[in-house]
Parts: sequence; C-alpha cells; structure tokens
Amino acid sequence: MSVTRRDFIKTNAIMATAAAAGITLPARLHEAEAAAPAGGIRWDKGVCRFCGTGCGVLVGVKDGRVVATQGDPDAPVNKGLNCIKGYFLSKIMYGQDRLTQPLLRKKGGVYDKNGDFTPVSWDEAFDVMATKFKEALKKKGPTSVGMFGSGQWTIWEGYAAAKFMKAGLRSNNLDPNARHCMASAVVGFMRTFGIDEPMGCYDDLEHADAFVLWGANMSEMHPILWSRLTDRRLTHEGCQVAVLSTYEHRSFELADLPIIFSPQSDLAIVNFIANYIIQNNAVNQDFVSKHVGFKKAITDIGYGLRPDHPTQKAAKNPDSGEFEPLDFEGFKAWVSEYTVEKASQISGVPADKLIALAKIYADPKKKVMSLWTMGVNQHTRGSWMNSNIYNIHLLTGKISEPGNSPFSLTGQPSACGTAREVGTFAHRLPSDMVVTNPKHREITEKIWQLPEGTIPDKPGFHAVLQHRMLKDGKLNAYWVQCTNNMQAAPNMNEEGYPGYRNPENFIVVSDPYPTITALAADLILPTAMWMEKEGAYGNAERRTQFWRQQVKAPGEARSDLWQVMEFSKRFKVEEVWPEELIAKKPELKGKTLFEILYANGQVNKFPTTETQKGFENDESTAFGFYVQKGLFEEYGQFNRGHAHDLASFDTYHQARGLRWPVIDGKETLWRFREGYDPYVKAGEGVKFYGKPDGKALIIAAPYEPPAESPDKEYDMWLVTGRVLEHWHSGSMTRRVPELHKAYPSAQVFMHPEDAKARGLRRGQEVKLQTRRGEVVTRVETSGRNKPPQGVVYMPWFDEGQLTNKLTLDATCPLSKETDFKKCAVRVVKA
Amino acid sequence: MRAAGWKWLIARRLSQAFFVALFLAGPLAGLWVVEGTLASSLTLGVLPLTDPLILLQSLLARHWPEATALLGAAIVVAGYLLVGGRAYCSWVCPLNPVTDAAHWLREKLGLREGVTISPRLRLWVLAGALAASALFGTLAWELVNPVTITHRALVFGGGLMWTVAVGIFVFDLAIARRGWCGHLCPVGAAYGLIGKGSLLRVSAVRREACDDCMDCYAVCPEPRVLTPALRGKAKGFGPVILSGDCTNCGRCIDVCPQDVFGFASRFDKREQTIGQQQGEYVP
Amino acid sequence: MTGPGEKKTVDRREMLAGGVRAVCGAGFFALGLGMLGRQAETRAAQSLRPPGALAEADFLAACSRCGLCVRDCPWDTLRLAGIGDGAALGTPLFTARAVPCEMCQDIPCVVACPTGALDHRLTDIKQAKMGIAVLVGQETCLNFLGLRCDVCYRVCPLIDEAITLERSHNERTGKHARFIPTVHSDKCTGCGKCEKACVLEEAAIKVLPAELALGRLGGHYRLGWEEKRKHGESLLKDIIDLPDRGYGDGTATPYGGAERGANGAFKEFKP
Repeated sequence: MSVTRRDFIKTNAIMATAAAAGITLPARLHEAEAAAPAGGIRWDKGVCRFCGTGCGVLVGVKDGRVVATQGDPDAPVNKGLNCIKGYFLSKIMYGQDRLTQPLLRKKGGVYDKNGDFTPVSWDEAFDVMATKFKEALKKKGPTSVGMFGSGQWTIWEGYAAAKFMKAGLRSNNLDPNARHCMASAVVGFMRTFGIDEPMGCYDDLEHADAFVLWGANMSEMHPILWSRLTDRRLTHEGCQVAVLSTYEHRSFELADLPIIFSPQSDLAIVNFIANYIIQNNAVNQDFVSKHVGFKKAITDIGYGLRPDHPTQKAAKNPDSGEFEPLDFEGFKAWVSEYTVEKASQISGVPADKLIALAKIYADPKKKVMSLWTMGVNQHTRGSWMNSNIYNIHLLTGKISEPGNSPFSLTGQPSACGTAREVGTFAHRLPSDMVVTNPKHREITEKIWQLPEGTIPDKPGFHAVLQHRMLKDGKLNAYWVQCTNNMQAAPNMNEEGYPGYRNPENFIVVSDPYPTITALAADLILPTAMWMEKEGAYGNAERRTQFWRQQVKAPGEARSDLWQVMEFSKRFKVEEVWPEELIAKKPELKGKTLFEILYANGQVNKFPTTETQKGFENDESTAFGFYVQKGLFEEYGQFNRGHAHDLASFDTYHQARGLRWPVIDGKETLWRFREGYDPYVKAGEGVKFYGKPDGKALIIAAPYEPPAESPDKEYDMWLVTGRVLEHWHSGSMTRRVPELHKAYPSAQVFMHPEDAKARGLRRGQEVKLQTRRGEVVTRVETSGRNKPPQGVVYMPWFDEGQLTNKLTLDATCPLSKETDFKKCAVRVVKA
Repeated sequence: MRAAGWKWLIARRLSQAFFVALFLAGPLAGLWVVEGTLASSLTLGVLPLTDPLILLQSLLARHWPEATALLGAAIVVAGYLLVGGRAYCSWVCPLNPVTDAAHWLREKLGLREGVTISPRLRLWVLAGALAASALFGTLAWELVNPVTITHRALVFGGGLMWTVAVGIFVFDLAIARRGWCGHLCPVGAAYGLIGKGSLLRVSAVRREACDDCMDCYAVCPEPRVLTPALRGKAKGFGPVILSGDCTNCGRCIDVCPQDVFGFASRFDKREQTIGQQQGEYVP
Repeated sequence: MTGPGEKKTVDRREMLAGGVRAVCGAGFFALGLGMLGRQAETRAAQSLRPPGALAEADFLAACSRCGLCVRDCPWDTLRLAGIGDGAALGTPLFTARAVPCEMCQDIPCVVACPTGALDHRLTDIKQAKMGIAVLVGQETCLNFLGLRCDVCYRVCPLIDEAITLERSHNERTGKHARFIPTVHSDKCTGCGKCEKACVLEEAAIKVLPAELALGRLGGHYRLGWEEKRKHGESLLKDIIDLPDRGYGDGTATPYGGAERGANGAFKEFKP
C-alpha cells in the first residue's frame, strides 16, 4: 500500500499546523500510518534502550523485523540525535545467539545442578522452578526466596514483579541492579528532601552559567546531554565548566577548571566549599532561614562489609543513618575545620583551584548546575556525598529554578521510572513508600486489595546481601531478570559466583542472551527485549516515555512481564500464605497468585480491544486483558495526588514523554518552587514538601577514609567504569559487530610513569591483582582516560576480562551501594 | 645409462627440503630458527643473510643499506665462494626441484622440440635487470623474480604467486630444455659469477678412465662445463671444472660408472691415474 | 674460398651483431622492467607502509621483500603484497580498515628491517608517518550529523593531539553541540585505528598516503601572517599609518554598538 501524494500533503499540512501551534501530534495518526506504512517501513515512537538520558527514537519495522531506527527529530531530549549505541539500536535484538528456548541443567533427563543446559518447554521450566521456590518457602520461609531485577525493566515489569514478590510470595528480597547505580542518590534525596528524584530537569542545561561535574564522565556516559551542556558552554558568554574526578577522562576536554582529586576526598572538597560560602558571607540567609533545617550525621558508620570483616568490626556505629540535632551556627562551627589548606591536603588539589571552584557556588549571580553519577553514588560515603552537594546548593539557595540545579543523573533507562518510582528495592514500596512504615504498608495493601499484614515489615536482602545470603545458603530460590549481575556485582570470586553454584540453591536467569550470569544459573529463561514488548521507561529528568510492541520475540522468548505473571499461576495462595492471613480475606481461598495479584478486577479491567490496532501485544493476547494498561492504572493510584502524579496510560502513548508530576495536563519542570510546581501553593515561594516542616535538610557529614587504600602490597587505586561504545556488561552492544570492533576488549589505563616503573610497555599483557582476584588485560598509557600516578582505570564491559573479580564489596552503609571506584590493586607483567 | 648412483642427488634433495623446512618451521610449527626469506633472513636472531643480487640492485638504485644487509650479503658471498657459487641453485633454490621435475618429464615424454636459447642470455638478463635498477632507482628484478616470488609464496603463503612456479615448469617442459635455470635466470647468473672464483669444485680426477659413455652429459644441467675438464687435457684444461656455470650438483659424480668425478678444491690440479686403486685416491 | 682473415672478419661481424642484439635485448628488457617498476610505484591509497618506511620510490629501491618486518609485527598487522594489493609484489603493507598499526613503543618492524627500507632513525613511534587520516565522509560522519559517535577520536592513540573534537553549535536542534573530529597532520601517525574503528559501513575517516591526503600550496604564493611570524616583524620597514578621525576616541563607533566579550565574540542579546 502506498500513501497517495494528496494524503501525504494533507498529513504534512496537519503536522505543520500543529507544529506552528506548538503542539506535536504524533498520537492517533499512527493508525493511518500503521495501516499504510511509507516506503514499506512502519515508523513508531520508542525510547533508546540504553542510558538514563532517555533519547526519543522512531522505530522502523518491515516484515516483522526492526530494520531501522532514527533519532526522533521532535523528541525534546535529543532532537533526532543519538550516541553511537543509539545509532545501532536496530541491531541489538538480532545477535546470533539469541535465546529462544528455556534451558535447564539436566543429567539423565532430570534437573541436576551440575547437569548440562538442555532445552525444555516453558511448562517444564516453570514446573521445576515452582517446585524449587515452594521447597524453599516450606523449609525456610519467604526470606529464602528472592529476585533481582533491573532499572532496565519496563515500569509494569517492575510493578508486576514487586507485587509478585512483596505480596505474592511475601518476601521483600527484591532488589534491582539500580542498587549498584543510584541507591546513594535515593538515600541522599530522602535524607535531604524526603522525596526522591531531581527537582530540576534537562532544561537546566540551557539555563546554567556554570556546570560542576562531581563524578560523572558525561562525555562518554551521557553523550547527548553532554552535547547540550557543551552547546551551552559554547554559546553562552562566560559559561564555565568544572570537572572533578579521580582521573582525567573525556569530559576534561571541555573543563575550564579541571580537578583531579585523590579518591574519597570529594567529601573534604564539598565541605570546604560549604565553609567557604559561610566564611565569605555568600549564604542566602533568607532562603536558609525559611527553607532549610540542619542535622549532623552519626559518623564512623563502617563500610557495608560482612559483619566479621575486620574493617567493618572497627566501626563504632555501623550502618547508622541517625542524626544529631544542629543549627546554622552549629553547622558553621562544624564545617569551619574544612579550611582550604585541609581540603587541599586531603585531596591533593591546589588551593587556588579549590577556591576557584568554591567561587562558582559563592557567586550569587552565577546559576550553577551540579551533575553527578557513579563517582558520587558508587562511594562508601555516597549517601553523605549526595547530601553534601545539596548542602552547598541549599546554603546559596541555588536550587529549584532554571539553571540552579543539583542534578543527580541516572545510569539506566528506567532507574527512575521503574526501580525508584515503582519501588523495586528491598526496603521500598511504590511512590517513595517503605516496607518498614505500617502506614505505607497499609496504603499499599489497600490499593492491592490484600489483607492487612500481607507485606512483610522487614526490608529484604539488598543486592550485595543477596549474593552473601546465596553463598551462606540462606537465600535458596533466586530469580534474576534483565541484568547481568554476575559480571556487574562486586567481588565475583568471593561472593557472586559461590552463591550461584551453592548446591543448596536454585538460580533462574531471564535474559535474551547467554550472559555469564545466565551461564552460571540452573535455569535460563529466554526473554523478549525492548521493542518485542510494550514498554515504558522513566528517565533522569522524571520523563515517562511509552512505546508499543513493534515486533514479535524470536522462538519461545517471552517478556519478563509474561514470565512473572504466568509463573504466578503456579502458586495457590494456600501454598504461600499462612492460614491466618487468608482468614482475613476468605474470598481469596483457593485462588492462585495470578488471580489475586493480576486478575483482581483492577489490573484486568481493560479489554484487549483497547490495544492499538495494527500492533501486537503478546502479554495481553496471552492473558486476555490489556495487561500494561491495567498494571499502570493500578500503579497510578499510588502516585496520583502524592506528588508523583503520572498522567493517564493513554496520554503517554500520545506524547513524547512527560515529566511528572503531570497535573492538569501540564508537566512539571522545576519542583518545590511556586509557579513551577503545583504542589507549592501561592505565597509559599519555595516549599520542600517532602519533609513535614517543608524544610530541606543540610546534613553535616565529614570526610571519612575509604574502605581499602593502596599499601605496600597492593600499591595502586583501581577505578572501574563504563565506556561510550558499550552499555554496561556489553551483553547487547558487544553483539553489534561495529560496536565490538570500535572497542573490542577492555584495557587498563595507566600513567606512563607507573608503567615505566613496572617495566611495562603500552599494549603489553598484564595481570591486575587484588586481595580478591586477578584479571589479565593489556596496558594503555595513552588514550581516552589518563589516570594520575597511583591510579589505574579499567572498564568492566568485557566478559573476557571480568573486572569485578577484583572489586571489593564495600558499600555505602546507608544506601548499600557498592563502591566500584576504590580498591587497592597491583599491576604486574602477565 | 648404465649404473646410476643417487647419493648426491638424494643429498641435494634433502638439502633443498632442509632449507624449505628451515624457513617453514617458524610459520608452521612456531620454531623460529630462521625468519624472513631467501631475500634477507635472520637465523637464530643473530646471523643475518642477504641475497647479494638484491643488495647489488639496491646499491645500483642508490640506496645505501643498513650494515645488517651489507654484512648479510658479505656472509652469503663468502659462503658461496667456499661451496661454489651456483651451489645456491642446486642445493638451496626452491625452483630447482621444479625445473628438475620439468626436465625429467621432458625426457620421459621424449620432447625434443624447443627453442634454443644461448646460455649467455642470462648474463644479459642480469645486465638488463641491474641496468633497470640503476636507471629507474628500484629493485627492478624483484618486481618479477620467480625465485624470490616462489620462496615468499612458500614461506608467507601467496595465493596466485604459485602460478609463477607453474609457469617456469611449463616453460622448461614445453618451450626450452633447461630453459630457466640453464639459460635465463639472472640469479643463477649472479651466483655463477661468484662461482668463477669459488673454492669447492667438481673435478674429473679420473678423466683417464672416461669411456665416453656420455652419461654425465645427459644429466648435467650445464653440459658445456664438462668438456674442458674431461677432454681438455691436451689444451691444458682441467681436470677441475672451473666454469662458474657448474652448479656443484654432483649429478655427474653419481652417474659416472667409471667414477671419473669427485669434489675437489679449485687449486687441486692433480689427477688420479688408471693404475691407482679405486677409492684409494690420495691427493 | 675464404681465407682465415676473412673468416675472422665474419666472426667479428657476427660477434658484433650478436653483441648489439644482446645489448638491445637487455636494454628493452631493462626498459620493460623499469616500466613495471613505475607501475609498482603507484600504490593503492588503502595500502599503507609500515612505520619508518622511506618515501615510496626510495622504499622500492631499498626493500628486499624479505618479510622480516612482517614476522616481527606482534599484531599481525603487516603482510607482504600479493597480486591485486596495489603495491609492488612482496613489499610489506597494511590495510588500516582490516588491521591497523598498534604503534608498539619499541617498533619491532623497523628494528627488524635489514636494509633500512624502514628507517632505523625512527625510534619514537609517535613520529611515524604511515599516512594521514582524513575525514573524507563529511556527509556521512555521524558527528558531522550531530550524533555522538566520536569513536575515531577515542581510539586515537594520540587523542587530543592527532585528532581533536572541534565544537560547533548545532543550528538545527538549537541546543546541542556538534563535535567535529579534526585531524592534525603534524601529529597523525597514520596508524589507522580510527579507520578501523569507524562504525559506518564504509569508513568516513580514512588513512591516506600523505601525498594524497595533504594538499600542496603553490610556490608562487606565501602566507603573509606566517612569513611575518617567521620574520618576527613586518617584512616591510618604515611604513606609516595615519590616525583615523573620530574613531577610537569614543566619539563614534563603526557599528550599532553591539557589546563584545573578552574573546571578541558578541555578547548574548538580553532584552
């Protein structure tokens, strides 16, 4: 079929009119396009599969296959642009080794932990899996089952999984890989503001006079946002960029003020800035007195290591997130010890550079955007560090207005939308609620139509603890979805791998590809990915974006959503809930978890006829109702009216993403400020309504040393991270030949003098050794990353060089997020 | 042919095989005794060898090479001054088995027809190649040199380059008897010039015993060289074959039923008389 | 009857004729070889010489085609030219798109070269000139289009020296910068890592032999500012400049009075 010239002109005329009116009208026109694709390719809107930037794309389908993609020229984030990963989106689903059948380890025709992976039917897979989960539940109760999810789950996948685990199996042992990524950011937000996620948005990039990168290599990790930041630097007179890091990376190329600090000393630098602001009378007194409270953090809180670890044992107040009272004068006195001399001495940064940095914040005329990701989050004091950055914005009142923006970037496409907003953390419930709060449990149980007391009141095992518990045999039935955690989690040799192979445990991994995590499991479930399912992601600026299923998954691959819901049919409520709980709601008797959680009258409210014509929706076809809409609308009850308001399901299919809270058909760009945020009433000016008193907290938190530092035996710092060409563990991008060619294998970046001192030449094979393991790689002394002497940097995307054999599983004791940026290593000839 | 011996022929084939194996041991088995090719090589990481003709072309092309190449060529020249210039042709060159095979088949098939080429032509080819190198400032002969092309193809693998050896085979089989090595090859010609002064030679020490059976003429790739040594006594020639064209292949020694031939120093003019016992020759 | 003297004459004549024939033959042969040599000098653009290679004509006069450089290349980058490689048979080359030069610090290929066809004076690989990278595909290069690829830049062993990203404003989106990969020929070694890594189906950045990559200015023109810089002052002496009436004393401005920043750029308009 072809569109006639007349139709074409007409359509374009409509679009032109709409554009002139400032409206974009992608929505219902799709039906016509779906019926009559131009050039044989049907184009529909989607979201990039990779980082937290959330670039809009258009996905081109022909003959049931994604044949092309394009950056959506009208997407506000990226305006038709993509990074090099986004350029290859159309190839990520078509790797040679896509999994198309469930694979179970078998010997002699039956499941055997030491058997070989054998193709089985979904029925057999779920039978064995259900048996194992039920066995564990029976033997040790709900704490012996667990699930590890993802900030790359779609919103409804996370939501369905949270219901299944927290209500269905009554286990809070659900945690996402986002724990490794922005758990510290969450704790920072909750402690300082009492409500999660950035107050600002990407528009700040076009309004700020100065940018400070506190531990983010945006040039590689947020390439499109970086091009926006760069454009501002280029076109705005006097714009300044300060880049702080423990090694020189690509973002330094733009830096007016490049700062290399010694690992962990960012705590001292940020406190010095607070001190500088106070000492130089740059405090916005009016703002502080009206909108800010003060507290002092309990210190010496340990490093999230196992309790018997000597470093952990030495801590006076392990894991304490408690506060001591404080006021402005108290804070002033407390922070006064962070003189420029002290900060310079701890950090190794020249005093003049520190002062130049402090002046950026102290200058009342300068609008400052602070940006950070893993450098701040993956930090044994990451939660403190997050709050400490807010401290300097709060002291100066540089917050919640265009260009004045402390902005915590996210790594994953739906770290915000799924992991945080849905609440797939071991301690969380939807919309910032927590399992430990009886009121929050009550609200949740009410919306979920469950008897009181269904949701357990103790936080479950977080990511790092899950591996420890698997190893210790306390977590026995375990399901991993949408993440390659064997490669991603720290200390693989001592904590990750032993747990998977513990004979007491049954490990299930759902993935489109045979990742090392899948290959370490007992059952592999083939998974539909990205455009093979209807989905929704929430990016770092609170923008929720939807897409429709564009193509069918290969073979028997099914989405994570289908897997969770279908698996829930295997459980009768009597098998998983105690009698007294069922007795509170006798009508649930005899029902399956599927019926209780999903066919509950809410989730199954919308018929399949409401799905978009011309598009498949495999989950809805399978279950007989519009699954995604039902889940989303039920989920909407949590956030609407609670300052997290999401728009209606149908609206998102019509829009190019909306930033919540969406109220009265309008997005919210800046929160907590009158005029921008509908939750701030007229006359209030600024209100941090996440806190009962409407005041954000300045939290005094000092510099404390890292968990492991270089010594005689292991004489260098090891910093790990990503590269632009590959997404996380490379399970998708390494299957794109061009990306693989662009960065085939990991290297260790090293200062030329350090190499020389060890008799190493560029390109030579070396061993990296830590107390936990050894990895063979090659030396790179020039190139994109330039560590100072004493520091080496190694990316972790390469499954041929498992960087996380080296890392230490020390976490921020508050956020439980691993510090992947600091451990002691030595480099020797291979 | 009456009672043919095979000793030197077998030794020669073994030698040819040995040199090929030496160069192939590295790429095939990872035993890097020798790296490179006959053009230039490095043995055991210390002994450099360079083909003197290539070096000469390079010098004529006005490139002053590194000392390594000069030393390597000097060693090669010295070596062949000892064992006979064209010993290269019969004991080392990878094309020799090819042309020998062509010759053998030609005899077998009784092909007598062919182009007659002057054996001196190779000297003109050599002169032409050197002139081209000098005039055009390039290693002119190396653009087409079948010897190095074949050896490179052997050692480095070279697809179509095998056809060069096949071409030589066909040429020798169908067009000219012993056409390549005996008439055209300037590499042989160059080594022949070295051979003019080389120490080890074949000598018709027992020429008195010759019964004119002509077997040696039949097998000799350069039969012209035999006459002065074998029959030149009256004119004062021999018994040592002094012509640089002799390849020291030893085939005459093998086939002579009267054991007329043997290896000797070029300065050894002594002969063995009939009366002496066979095998008891003492110079 | 012919006497002995006569016979001798005929012999001499024949010899002379034979000699002339041979010389002419050899001459023709030499000419043929020479033409072949000229042909071999035209090297295909994608066939790059190892580091330290002499200029092509000199290289062909020096290289013995022994393959020692190929043997000592630890990355299997180098190979000997076969038929159809667009280079003299048996000479070493590499194709950047297939296997680029990894720029070993100790340059083993150069050390191995017995003839000096690879110049032994090259001891710092950063000084190598195997070719020059040129961004030929300016209409397909993703960075020119505004995307964030810059793979060529990041794989460059001399990142920020041989290739830099020159920033410009993306007029179409209005809020993104374009990062234009820009090769600096004085630093580029021609290792070819950029061409190898270019993610396009046909590389947009290609390493070309320097003589192809760099243009050449005519000798009849000189760059005035360069000449002045070299000279240290104007080439002309005793030239006077009369003052301008009203300009520069605050009484008049040549334009509408747009504000300029310290770097000379116009300041942003703010109502």
